[in-house]
Amino acid sequence: MTTFATVLAQHYVGAADRPAIHLQFARRDDVTLTYRDLVCGAAGFARVLAERGIAPGEVVVIILQHGEPLVYAFWGATLHGAVPSILPPLTEKLLPERYRKDLAALIRVTRPRAIVTYAEFAPEVTRAANDVGGDAPQVIVIGEVVPTEPDFAALGGMRRSPQDIVLLQHSSGSTGLQKGVALSHRAVFNQLDAYAPAIGLSDRDVIVSWLPLYHDMGLIASFVLPVLRRVPLVLMSPFDWVRAPARLMHAVTKYGGTLTWLPNFAYNFCATRIRERDLTDVDLSSLRAVINCSEPIYHSSHQIFLQKFERYGLRPNALATCYAMAENTFAVTQSEIGRPIARNAGGGIGNAGQVSSGRPLSNVRIRILSEDRRDLPEGAIGEIALQSDCMLSEYYHRPDATAQAFFEGFYLTGDLGYVLDGEVYVTGRKKDLIIVGGKNVYPQDLEQLASEVPGVHPGRVAAFGVFNAEAGTEDVVIVAEAESEDVTEREQVAEAIRQHITRNSDVAVRRVVMVDARWLIKTSSGKVARSANKEKYLAQLCGGEASSSLPERG
Amino acid sequence: MDNSIATPIAEYIAGVILKNPKRVIRPDEKLISSGLIDSFHLVDLGLFIEDKFGVRIDDSELNAETFDTLEQLVALIASRR
Repeated sequence: MTTFATVLAQHYVGAADRPAIHLQFARRDDVTLTYRDLVCGAAGFARVLAERGIAPGEVVVIILQHGEPLVYAFWGATLHGAVPSILPPLTEKLLPERYRKDLAALIRVTRPRAIVTYAEFAPEVTRAANDVGGDAPQVIVIGEVVPTEPDFAALGGMRRSPQDIVLLQHSSGSTGLQKGVALSHRAVFNQLDAYAPAIGLSDRDVIVSWLPLYHDMGLIASFVLPVLRRVPLVLMSPFDWVRAPARLMHAVTKYGGTLTWLPNFAYNFCATRIRERDLTDVDLSSLRAVINCSEPIYHSSHQIFLQKFERYGLRPNALATCYAMAENTFAVTQSEIGRPIARNAGGGIGNAGQVSSGRPLSNVRIRILSEDRRDLPEGAIGEIALQSDCMLSEYYHRPDATAQAFFEGFYLTGDLGYVLDGEVYVTGRKKDLIIVGGKNVYPQDLEQLASEVPGVHPGRVAAFGVFNAEAGTEDVVIVAEAESEDVTEREQVAEAIRQHITRNSDVAVRRVVMVDARWLIKTSSGKVARSANKEKYLAQLCGGEASSSLPERG
Repeated sequence: MDNSIATPIAEYIAGVILKNPKRVIRPDEKLISSGLIDSFHLVDLGLFIEDKFGVRIDDSELNAETFDTLEQLVALIASRR
């Protein structure tokens, strides 16, 4: 029986002195944790959970910055047999009240038994926990974890079953936080068994990552996979990387990195924000694969990345693509490593030149469904549905959402795409979901926030994403009907909307457009029709900056 | 506040980062903690300052603790020239 804890126990015996994780920091030297360090730190944390009366199977929310305590808390929870869920900490731009409100909403649905955080943040978390009332979770302040020799026989994690839930993953915002993707041990191991051969994973690999652990790409591909598979991981903070993206290249150079996963925007960001003088002595020739994943993939982003970094040893065939989602643990498809990525050759099917996301993993079956859920032929665009042995067990405590997500045992992804010569091409989304900088944002959350601003007709707001070719990702656009016709007043309301959304959500809004009453198109049921309003915006208001709502991916 | 430093920075923030050249950046307006400049644009601001004024702001200083307003940023640049 394989579970997270039994694998850690094997590492502790068979790989104690091998480096597990090299943690990088902006203002500290690198810290290398061997498997012994990792397991002992985790055991120290598991002891804290036991002392606090947390039972195996109970959910433990972890709100910690990058660093050793985050590593110990996650693996320690699994050693104890508890179910960890990593959430993002409060950022400096986000209003504490909003953070508390979202956290309280998560607590109501998920009912965690404990929230682990650091001392400075404990009062905030305690207030959120108390806001919920009833059986409030304990707040555990993580100070110095005292590493402990593990007594595996006594650890609750050793008695978990493969079908038990091992972790929860949430996406952000009021909507996302209330839908935790629950994954079993078995699902995660099945994902690793299918994905490792797809990327040719071996013990010669070194994974480098700046990705946050509260997203599937960071958590699974760049944290769980390397630790469970004994592949060394070099991990830095997303906050440090975004301020100095060259850190990624220096980490690859220093540790001989072979694999890294990036959302599409990061290709543009690295290519345009890193100066040559910051790349002295950089050598990227060790990279076997730079895998584009988690938002729509653009050939142009690969091109500028290659133009910038080929002279530093990046091989053109290292560029790779993947289609992934938390509901399938992580990867659904993967392009062949070391080979040119397939592109649509044209001939009337789909967008000519579009980049493929690769072929389904060996354990994944794909269907392309029409609106009325009939199977569509090769090349036809429809909703991507999938079935595998690594799907979610459920949305945690959300039988309603779980039931809606499946059709004939297939998970309905909400993504649109087609299959051509066995390759999966993702063309857009059926669900109204904005993906900005790799983050999933629910437009209804942003519309609700805009409606709270005085001077906006409540409910008369549309939020959507518009592709920004320079950034390689979407910009969030808010169109709101103004109560006033006065230009100055409208500008003030637009500014107030921008500020209110920026401080109450994960996104920074750039473009807020005020329109006259009755400008927005509504559906027959009276709801604001997002896609129709996006078309209208692009046609009438965006001043030729984006000429098409569906830019050609190619 | 040294306007020979402040004016180009204010113009850069309004025109390039906010894409709204008419936007006035007040000297004491919160830039980072308000989310006006998001994390993706902090590196742009750092590069702009380096190119324009020859002053390097380390990436570990690109946060609201080091500077959060135009006047604080101008003072930081002036002190390093």
